[in-house]
Parts: sequence; C-alpha cells; structure tokens
Amino acid sequence: MPPLLRLLFIRLGLGLVTLLLVSVVVFAATQALPGDAAKAILGKDSADAARYQALRAQLRLDRPIVDQYTSWLAGVARGDLGNSLVGAGAKVTTLLRSRIINSATLVFLAALISIPIAILIGALSAVWHDSKFDNIINVGNLSLAALPEFVIGIVLVLVFGTAVFRWLPSVSNVDSLTPLRSQMTLFILPVVTLVLAVIPYVSRMLRASTIEVLESEYVMMARLKGLSESRVLWHHALPNAIVPTIQVIAISIAWLAGGIITVEYLFSFPGIGAGLVDAVANRDMPMVQALVLLMAAVYVVLNLIADILTILISPRLRTGMR
Amino acid sequence: MSVGGGATIDPREVVAPVPKRRREWVTTVVEAWHLRRTKIGFVMFIALLAVALFGRFVAPYSPTEFVGPPFSLPTASYWLGTDFLGRDVLTRVLYGGLSVFVLGISATLIGMVLGVSLGLISGYARRWVDESIMRMLDVVLAFPSVVLAMLFVSILGPRLWLIVLMVGISHMPRIARVTRAATVELVARDFVKAAAAVGVPRRTILLFEVLPNISSPLLVEFGLRLTYSIIMIAALSFIGLGMQPPAADWGLMINENRIAIVVQPWAVVAPVILIGALTVSANLMADGLSRAMMGIDRDTALS
Repeated sequence: MPPLLRLLFIRLGLGLVTLLLVSVVVFAATQALPGDAAKAILGKDSADAARYQALRAQLRLDRPIVDQYTSWLAGVARGDLGNSLVGAGAKVTTLLRSRIINSATLVFLAALISIPIAILIGALSAVWHDSKFDNIINVGNLSLAALPEFVIGIVLVLVFGTAVFRWLPSVSNVDSLTPLRSQMTLFILPVVTLVLAVIPYVSRMLRASTIEVLESEYVMMARLKGLSESRVLWHHALPNAIVPTIQVIAISIAWLAGGIITVEYLFSFPGIGAGLVDAVANRDMPMVQALVLLMAAVYVVLNLIADILTILISPRLRTGMR
Repeated sequence: MSVGGGATIDPREVVAPVPKRRREWVTTVVEAWHLRRTKIGFVMFIALLAVALFGRFVAPYSPTEFVGPPFSLPTASYWLGTDFLGRDVLTRVLYGGLSVFVLGISATLIGMVLGVSLGLISGYARRWVDESIMRMLDVVLAFPSVVLAMLFVSILGPRLWLIVLMVGISHMPRIARVTRAATVELVARDFVKAAAAVGVPRRTILLFEVLPNISSPLLVEFGLRLTYSIIMIAALSFIGLGMQPPAADWGLMINENRIAIVVQPWAVVAPVILIGALTVSANLMADGLSRAMMGIDRDTALS
C-alpha cells in the first residue's frame, strides 16, 4: 500500500476507535447512577412498582449491561436514539431535527464570517508584526480569547439589544415553522458572539505561521524576483501558512459545537446547545446521550477531516515522511 | 554542559530550555515580571482575589437578606440596586467571588495532577503505554468544553465535587500532551540516562530529575488552564448547573437577573465585569509567562 494511503487508513481507523470509545463513555456514564436510571427519573414516584418496572423495560434496564450497550449502539447506528422521557415521550431524533438544523446554521454562519476575518487579521498582523496595529490586535485577541462566550454575548445584548441601542432582538426564539431565511435578524447577535469568540484562536495561529513562512527562503526568493509584497503574501506565503492553521480552524469549529451551549442558552436559541441544557436540567437521559454523542462526533469527525486535509496538502506528509 | 538530543526544535512543541538544575520556574516568573502584561494581569488578579476573600467583611447586608423591592435601581442604601428577589446586589457581588476562585483553582489543580502524571508516564514509558494513554486522552478530548461535566451532572445532579472533578478531567488531555512533549525532550538527555543507568528507580527519576526541569512549561500550562477553569465553572453556574440558589455566585447572578436586564442592568453588569476581568487577568499572566519561557515573541495557540 502506498504510504499516503496507509497514513490515511491509520488516521481513519483511529478516528473510528475514538468514536466507539466515546460511545462507551456516554453509555457507561448512566451506569454511575446510584440505584438505576429509572429510579433517578421517577424520584419519589419509584415506589410505584408498576411504573418503575415499565420504565425499566422502556430503558431496557432489565437486560444484561453488555446487551444494553450493544442494542443501544445498534439503535444509534440506525438513527434510533430512543424516546425522550419528557412530555409525550416523542422520538429523540424527531425532537432534535429542527434543533440540529438551527445550530448547524448558526455554526455555519459563524464559521463563514469569522474565518475570512481571522485570516485577514492574522496575515496583516504578521506582515506588520510588532507594529502598533499588531499590538492592538494582540491585546484584543488575548482579551477576547479569555472572555467566556456568554460574557461577550451579554455585553452585545446590553449594547445592541437593550440598554444602549435597541436595534437587535436580544432573544432569538427561532420558529421552526417559518423558513430560516426570513428570521435572519434573530441570528445576528448569537452569530456575532461566536464570531468574536473564534477570531482570536484562528488569527493568532495564522499570525505565528505566517511570520514563520515570511522568513523562509522561498519567500525571500519570491521577493528577489521582484514580486510585489502583496503578491508575495497572498499567493506565496499564505497558502503555506494556512496548512498548520487548518487544524486550528477545524478545532475552532468543533469547539463551536460546545461553545454554542452558553450562547444558545443566553439567547434562548432553539438549538442543540440549549437543548442539552434543558435535557440535563430535566434529567432526560436519552436526550442527553444523543446530544453529547452528537457533539463529540462532530468534534472527532472535524478533527479527522482536518488531519486528512493536512496530510493531503503538505508535501512532507504526502510522501510519507514525518 | 553537554546536551544530548536533536538540535532542531519545533517551536510549536513546548520546549524546556537547557536544563538548569534548580528552580527553573523562578527564572520564568522573574522574566515574565518584566513584561507589562504580566504586571497588569497580576495586579488585577490579586485585586479580584482580595474582593473575593475579604469583600464579605465590608458587605453592608447579608447575601440572603431582602432589603427592598425586586429589581430596584441603585440608591444611597443599595449602591448597585437589588436583584430579582430584592437582595442587595453589591453584597452578593462581594460574596459571590469566592466560589469562582475556589472551584476554579481546585479544578485546575486536579487537572494538573492527573495530566502531569499521565504525561510523565507517557513520555517516559513510550511504546504501548504511551500509545494507550494518548488514545484514552483523545476520547476525553472529544467532549468539547463543559459537555463532559454536563453529561455527569445529568446523572448525579449539580454536585460541586463532581463539577470540579469533571472540569479537571476535561483539562487532563492538553496538560498531559504538554508534559509528555517536554518529558520526551528531556528523557533523551544524558543526566536522565545516567540516573537510569546507575539504577535510580523510575519514580524517583520522574519526580526529582524530570519534573523540576519541566516546571516552566507546566507553570504556563497552569495559568492557561486556570483561565479555562474559571470560564467553565462560571459557564456551568450561568446555565444553572453549577452553584445552586440561594448561593451568591457571579455566574449564577448573571443567570438569575438577566430577565430584567432592561429594568435593572446593574445586577447583571457587575458580575459580568468581574468575571470578564478575572479571566482576562488570568490569561494576561499566562501569556506573560509563556512569552518569558519562549524567550521570543511567539504566540502560543490558546486552546
């Protein structure tokens, strides 16, 4: 097998193993319950033997543990994550559909806006490194990276939604019956919050790698050929500087899958993040399992894609040398 | 002093400088102190710590005392107004920092102990031990931000020990990676090999030869993880899964009072400013330490 293909297969295999182990953790966590899940859910009502037994059967708790895990995993593979324990007990997948679409839209918009801005900021602060511009960007990045997302969000709400200007809605109660396109104003504040939270990571990484590339010999060569400084930057230096940044971009997007929790909660945005908060508060175990598994899967898959892209793009790895 | 190992060093790996036998981290702290950002961060951090520790002694009321109608604007008798139940916001702000500090620092310490231990073992043992530890950590890494904590809170409820433990475990993979990278670098050097050759037990080598020589990267890592611990703990309280009412806690206060952000913004603004200042100050210190350690102006990816 060619070394490149081998490398890809190994990486793919590792990703799958990680995913499988994640599912074991998510499943095993419910076993940490004192008593069992049915008892915890019913609370005082667990004295009612009939209800208790019915719930045990519904949660498949009456079967051996390995059995429980494999049938749960088989269900996950078929897209059947069980029924919610709250309300009418609808299927988890049905309840999640519109939330997933909403969150995916949110993350997609945040990534679409933040990444070009971050690349621009990173590249410019690399070109003018140690200038006044670079210093201001640096302190800005450092502070933004340190602020919790919900703090950024609340400041935005205060400024643009309530206390100072009243331009934008501060509650993003997206409605699943109206098309998303007609509700875009509801997305503005959550998206801006996430954009501000992501920019520092990507731009700092890009700055570091661009500075490194700009000092390399081939960039010097391009300059000696008499190419303009902007052509050197955008056509010669940046494509190479972006390679190490791909990882950071992927991790940032994957991080968005976790970062949306507080942001969605803050704006009452009906996505998977706010869904997870509700599910945890209600102890809706099938829903918690589904959402945690989903967020972890997003993280693993994005990292996998980033690694594969890095392998494919960088010549050193492509030839199988490390 | 002859130094074994490769001459080329990848700057993205955290690198321990030439081994100085004693108190390497002291040098880093002294150098970091020359940077303005470290000083600003330190002063802010100490000021906030003082508020959290001693604020309660100057608080005008009890944190659970009803002093006026809910969501009153600031007056002479309650300078920051009242909260959603009519309790004094200033008092609750003065009381509400301690939990953030205690939980944040505890979670960071747990993460450091677990991560450093695994990183040392992984970096020294290599081969399959190394592989299996790293794969295990990849699994932990797959749960972004507070998701791991939320998974366990959904089962055991919002217990403080659980939250601290889970936030610590969430930090474990990254701390272990940094420790492992620094350990691998060091294990190749002569003095470690010499110690192993004369039969010094492995545990002694790790604790007394390796650990003191990677104290600088670990110090930087501590600063970074402290920032993230505070963020995560505050986030958990904010979504209602951390500190529980009627506790006075900055994160919880934001959640409790945000419904009236238009009527009485101070009950939200005050804790928001304090949490923001705290995380920024911790990050400024971490960044200062990191720059001092690198000895060069190079950004470390903050994730």
